Amino acid sequence: MKILTGNDLGSGHVVWWDGEGWSRHVSDAVDVGDAAEAILAAEEAARRVNASYAISATKAEDGTVRPDHIKDRIRALGPTVRPDLALQPSDPQSGNWVI
Amino acid sequence: MYQYDQYDQAMVDARVEEFRDQVARRMAGEITEDQFKPLRLKNGLYLQLHAYMLRVAIPYGTLNGRQMRMLGDIADKYDRGYGHFTTRQNIQYNWIKLEDAPQILADLATVEMHAIQTSGNCIRNISSDHFAGAAADEVVDPRPYAELLRQWSSFHPEFDYLPRKFKIAVIASDTDRAAMRLHDIGIQIVKNDAGEIGARFYVGGGMGRTPMIAPVIREFVPVLQMVSYAEACLRVYNRYGRRDNKYKARIKILVHEIGADEYRRQVEEEFAHILTLGLEPPAEELARIQGFFGNPGLVDGLAEGYDRSDPDFAVWVDQNTTPHKQPGYKAVVISLKPAGGIPGDATADQIRLMADLAEAYSLDELRVTHTQNIVLPHVKQSDLYALWQKLDEAGLAAANLDLIGDIIACPGLDYCSLANARSIPLAQKISARFAEPERQRDLGELKLKISGCINACGHHHAGNIGILGVDRKGTENYQLLLGGSEAADTSLAQIVGPGFSEDGIVDAIETVTEVYRAQRTEGERFLDTYRRIGMAPFKEAIYG
Repeated sequence: MKILTGNDLGSGHVVWWDGEGWSRHVSDAVDVGDAAEAILAAEEAARRVNASYAISATKAEDGTVRPDHIKDRIRALGPTVRPDLALQPSDPQSGNWVI
Repeated sequence: MYQYDQYDQAMVDARVEEFRDQVARRMAGEITEDQFKPLRLKNGLYLQLHAYMLRVAIPYGTLNGRQMRMLGDIADKYDRGYGHFTTRQNIQYNWIKLEDAPQILADLATVEMHAIQTSGNCIRNISSDHFAGAAADEVVDPRPYAELLRQWSSFHPEFDYLPRKFKIAVIASDTDRAAMRLHDIGIQIVKNDAGEIGARFYVGGGMGRTPMIAPVIREFVPVLQMVSYAEACLRVYNRYGRRDNKYKARIKILVHEIGADEYRRQVEEEFAHILTLGLEPPAEELARIQGFFGNPGLVDGLAEGYDRSDPDFAVWVDQNTTPHKQPGYKAVVISLKPAGGIPGDATADQIRLMADLAEAYSLDELRVTHTQNIVLPHVKQSDLYALWQKLDEAGLAAANLDLIGDIIACPGLDYCSLANARSIPLAQKISARFAEPERQRDLGELKLKISGCINACGHHHAGNIGILGVDRKGTENYQLLLGGSEAADTSLAQIVGPGFSEDGIVDAIETVTEVYRAQRTEGERFLDTYRRIGMAPFKEAIYG
């Protein structure tokens, strides 16, 4: 699946496109298909997100979303060396990801 | 220590207000990210993997207790309670909000600090010897010359848009503690046969994807002409540096491509022209700056020696303190490398404690080292035990200076958007593997440096043992290098062979240390053994 990510303009938080807005939880991300470019252009123009881009991800049978590249998995969870600072994921299984 | 005059303070204050306005306009949508990005970068604000990152300059690595305390307070107030000291004597905060950035800069300005020119294609923070002013082997204190260069390079309009970033280091002893020859310009302050002070210029060094050791371009520049010579070096680079290719844009490529002799010829021609213009800083200005770097309060007549009856203290003091030019004092290195810890990270409480200790025991001075540690440069030997006890209580008494546990590591893929692989977990695993103090001391001086990408912020090219993280088909992979040095005997590490997994590289390093132990002769450091026996025995042991 193709999903969109970026950083919130003001807070810098990593965010994921959930179909209506931007969520901090990767498992809220939706498949945007061929619409990535149009959504990113509109959202950047609306100043809701910064440095946004499309990535490939895989959706498990239980609905959880796992970015294909390690960099985006670390973005989704936080620094692997500071689990105390990691975002508490909406996906309870994401802590079991093999980074 | 240098103190801002009204011009310094006015410039920094004006910059804060300018940036406050720029941020407000960005938040209001009056300027685009493409327009805003170069503005925020000129104020040290990057967008990294998880959030904005602010890099604060610590000129030539020197700061006082008040400034250090502010760094701790910022970590608490605007970040997540810690900061990361870098290989260029800066500090970075990893969780900054854009809307907070102007106020952070305003807070920094109240203690004569800023983040100006900590990014962008301009002259970056001037780095120096972290023992400057304390080292027994220095010709003079290099910091007044670094400060003169800081003033010259701050907002220099001609050098605000160079082909690439530009890094200068200034030292004043034959023992290089600043990786001077791996900078765009390395300046060694020297004394000639007539007893005159001058600057030896090395130009065209650097790490990154094309590591090079800077050649000498001029042996002796009269010290009052040092700024003009630097101007000539920059001007030739600014004119001919490759702006068409980011990867060939550093001055090292220019010097390499046209040759040191031709580069020198052009610099000398430019220098001769500049001298006709009479633009050298007046001797009075250098004298004014030097006035800030006089005796910080060192007293005469103190006895050498201290009570060594506590064995843990004795180990620490032997490993983490160095001789001072003033009898009765030592320079103390506070290791930010506990076994299993994150190199260069310090909590807000630890930062504030180090500020307190500097005020109580080190004449209100601290230094940040390029090896990501902190120095208290002027400690009375009679205070060493009390100081050590306080450091020990705060988890800051790791006795591993220059040992295998004293690892340099860049933030790597845990934080950095440029990285290909994680650096910190490797550093943690290696320091945990070699955590036993006796084992570390048995291995002796062994400088291990880890970078998470080819940009080499973790100085892997200069590691006795270097590790470079790469991305191999989406998986982290680590190359092992041996034989580098950033000291006066500068050398570039060489790749041993095929790369390793995260666990594999830790095992390979253990094998390397076993080869060293088996092959070393009496008193030989790891680097000496490597240079004597070469790569082959290590390669054989690792790959069979």
